[in-house]
Amino acid sequence: MATATTSMSQSHQKSGVWDWLTTVDHKKIGVLYGVSGFSFLLLGGIEALLIRTQLAVPNGTVLDAELYNQLFTMHALTMIFMAIMPMGASFFNYFIPLMIGARDVAFPRLNALSYWIFLSGALILTSSFIFGGAPDGGWFAYAPLSSEDYAVGRAMDFYTVGLVVLGLSSLMASLNFAVTIINMRAPGMTMMRLPVFMWMTIVVNFLLILSLPVITVALAQLYFDRNFATNFFSPAQGGDPILWQHLFWVFGHPEVYVLILPSMGIISEVLPVFSRKPLFGYAAIVFAGVAIAVLGFAVWSHHMFTTGLDTVPKIVFSASTMAIGVPTGIKIFNWLGTMYGGQIRFTTAMYFSVSFIALFTIGGISGVMHGSPPIDTQQQDTYFIVAHLHYVLFGGAIMGIFAGIYYWFPKMTGRFLNETLGKINFWLMFFGMNLTFFPMHFLGLSGMPRRVYTYDSGFGWDAWNMVATIGSYILAFGILIFLFNFFKTMRQEPTAGNNPWDGATLEWATSSPPPEHDFDVIPEVRDRDPLWYDRDNNIQQPEPPEENHIHLPPPSYMPLIMGFGVALIGIGALSHLAMTGLGVAVVIYSIWGWVLEPID
Amino acid sequence: MSEAVTHAEHHTSTGVDNRMLMMWIFLASECLFFGSLISTYLIYQGESLVGPLPGELLNIPITSASTFVLLMSSVTMVLAVYGAQHKEFLMMKLNLLATIILGTIFLGFQVVEFTEFVHHGLLLSTNQFGSSFYLLTGLHGTHVGIGVIYLISLLIGSSRRNGLGKDAGLNLEIAGLYWHFVDIVWIVIFTIIYLIPS
Ligand code: HEM
Ligand SMILES: [Cu+2]
Repeated sequence: MATATTSMSQSHQKSGVWDWLTTVDHKKIGVLYGVSGFSFLLLGGIEALLIRTQLAVPNGTVLDAELYNQLFTMHALTMIFMAIMPMGASFFNYFIPLMIGARDVAFPRLNALSYWIFLSGALILTSSFIFGGAPDGGWFAYAPLSSEDYAVGRAMDFYTVGLVVLGLSSLMASLNFAVTIINMRAPGMTMMRLPVFMWMTIVVNFLLILSLPVITVALAQLYFDRNFATNFFSPAQGGDPILWQHLFWVFGHPEVYVLILPSMGIISEVLPVFSRKPLFGYAAIVFAGVAIAVLGFAVWSHHMFTTGLDTVPKIVFSASTMAIGVPTGIKIFNWLGTMYGGQIRFTTAMYFSVSFIALFTIGGISGVMHGSPPIDTQQQDTYFIVAHLHYVLFGGAIMGIFAGIYYWFPKMTGRFLNETLGKINFWLMFFGMNLTFFPMHFLGLSGMPRRVYTYDSGFGWDAWNMVATIGSYILAFGILIFLFNFFKTMRQEPTAGNNPWDGATLEWATSSPPPEHDFDVIPEVRDRDPLWYDRDNNIQQPEPPEENHIHLPPPSYMPLIMGFGVALIGIGALSHLAMTGLGVAVVIYSIWGWVLEPID
Repeated sequence: MSEAVTHAEHHTSTGVDNRMLMMWIFLASECLFFGSLISTYLIYQGESLVGPLPGELLNIPITSASTFVLLMSSVTMVLAVYGAQHKEFLMMKLNLLATIILGTIFLGFQVVEFTEFVHHGLLLSTNQFGSSFYLLTGLHGTHVGIGVIYLISLLIGSSRRNGLGKDAGLNLEIAGLYWHFVDIVWIVIFTIIYLIPS
């Protein structure tokens, strides 16, 4: 597949709009994912600021209840499906081939298609704001909040259609990445020499491959309930709202690991490099990652302790939930062991990585707390849960992603993000995030429910809410500093050499930014830390041959067209059948074009 | 499987062709897809508040016939793959055609069955049986339909001047994987919906 031919001499302008629309280069697709994901992070951030502004004081009047419900629902959906997941996909795209020593992913056009479908899904879901209101039933859309009697209008249909489209994109991308890592490794790159980030990537891909079909079925059932008068989730006709909860969380819990594992992988790359020491306990960290994934499919009902589960399932799910803390703990000790005795360099990437360990641990501890049913009965649906999920998702996932951005920016652009601004960026985010989310533990324990659009004074919640709101503005300011840093850096000359941090993994063996074909010569891997091994044993990179004839897949606009077709099908499911028909026609046309396109 | 046919220039770390590996992993995903649908069906078994109920509608002899047709299509599929791998392209084409016809007959049976059920008052929205039955078997039928279109495309492709090229065996093998999977799922569905309750 990836051996398709185009002469490298095709020397048209390589950065025009058309080039971005038709690219099948994994690095460009990675950039597209990254920029889109970050834009949605900003959008989700604005939604969060509106929520915090409303809650700053008792009886706030900034938002009304309806808009508030839309905002907290869309905040979660935006952050989970349109910000963190695509930013993870951005790193996957950019670095899988570079880290395993390949020239591209296994299916370059499918890769482009995944991006265009992602964009369609994200735009469909977000456009609900201007077409009669966004989904407002919470990101897990429990019945009856999602059923046609209580959620009139199109909002929840935007939810089902948007998520199915986004899921399709993730499924395609995951299949592609999994095949790439399993099948396209450079000579000598055995599975147990894969960088930990690659291991976490493949675990994430399998989590998605095995959990997305479940939510797809649930979304289809919800769509049928709302549009074709079936009764999957309405008890009056024999349906069962709890079935939705099961199906949702069978997907939903693996999904939270989909969000955190990429960041665990990133810091497992950053920590050794800036401690100048190989990762401590490679095999343990890999197996812990796999164990988390396996156990992750066996804990979903910990989200449902208050639905009247029987005692035995409660015990089982409580035990499995606490068991998942074990591999998580193993990882934490591995990271600490990596730093222990190392010559630590305190770069911004390192700051973010170390803070990940601390913040994630706090979130993990509160997680184990509500893994106990009697405790959870108190904490369910309070701000305590909000505190938990933000410590793992912001303190964990987002901090890890920022570590990745600071670490790999020189590789992706050839430029260093400014370290001083980086530190300011870090401290504002770190301080802001703790100020925002730590008080939520207290709010939750003193009974403040989540998802209420306002509260009266006199419950003792006023002060902590004000603190949280101030924290959120500090945090947002930190993100602005990052943006400033980004634009400032992009105006500088690229000065980073191939391997500015003295990294150990293959992506540092090629130029920064890498050439279109990634490697002049596919590297040979002799060790788990190939570049350190070569350095210590004085092994030179082989010289590229004089006449380097590398075949790259040619650009294609078929993925774009097929993505557009899928978007039309989605829009049709929200408007008129004729639109769906048109979409199917476009998809069939593009499959045809895709297959017949000359690539050999 | 048949490494000999996967030609050398697609060298992979595991020796399995990329497309083949992707199909295997995709089918793992499909297991969870049908698993969720079948679970839903089982959970709602006996939960219908109004009729018609499965016992009044399900016609086991006729569906056994359609199951037999689908099983036979797996046999012809195997022969088509064999033909492709041994460069007996006439055998491949004839068996592909047979598979397509058998698949279409199966879909025909399903259309007749659905029409019959609707005739007896079972709509998608009538009761829990209707909802979960139509969703499960309908989505399975959709898979068969996609498979038929997939095989038709291969048949058309194989009638081009240079046929399916040197990848013919591999292409058919991958398609066969999908086809057999859909077949096996049907056997599970047939057992659960038609055989066990009676
Ligand atoms: C030691 C590991 C963890 C344990 C034991 C744990 C346990 C739990 C439990 C029991 C709940 C349900 C609380 C309730 O609703 O009453 C929960 C909620 C949640 N957890 Fe965790 N968790 C862990 C790690 C994580 C990680 C790593 C993430 C994500 C990166 C995460 C994200 C969430 C989210 C988003 C919710 C709230 C879902 C919602 O109700 O909207 N958790 N966790
Ligand atoms: Cu969970």
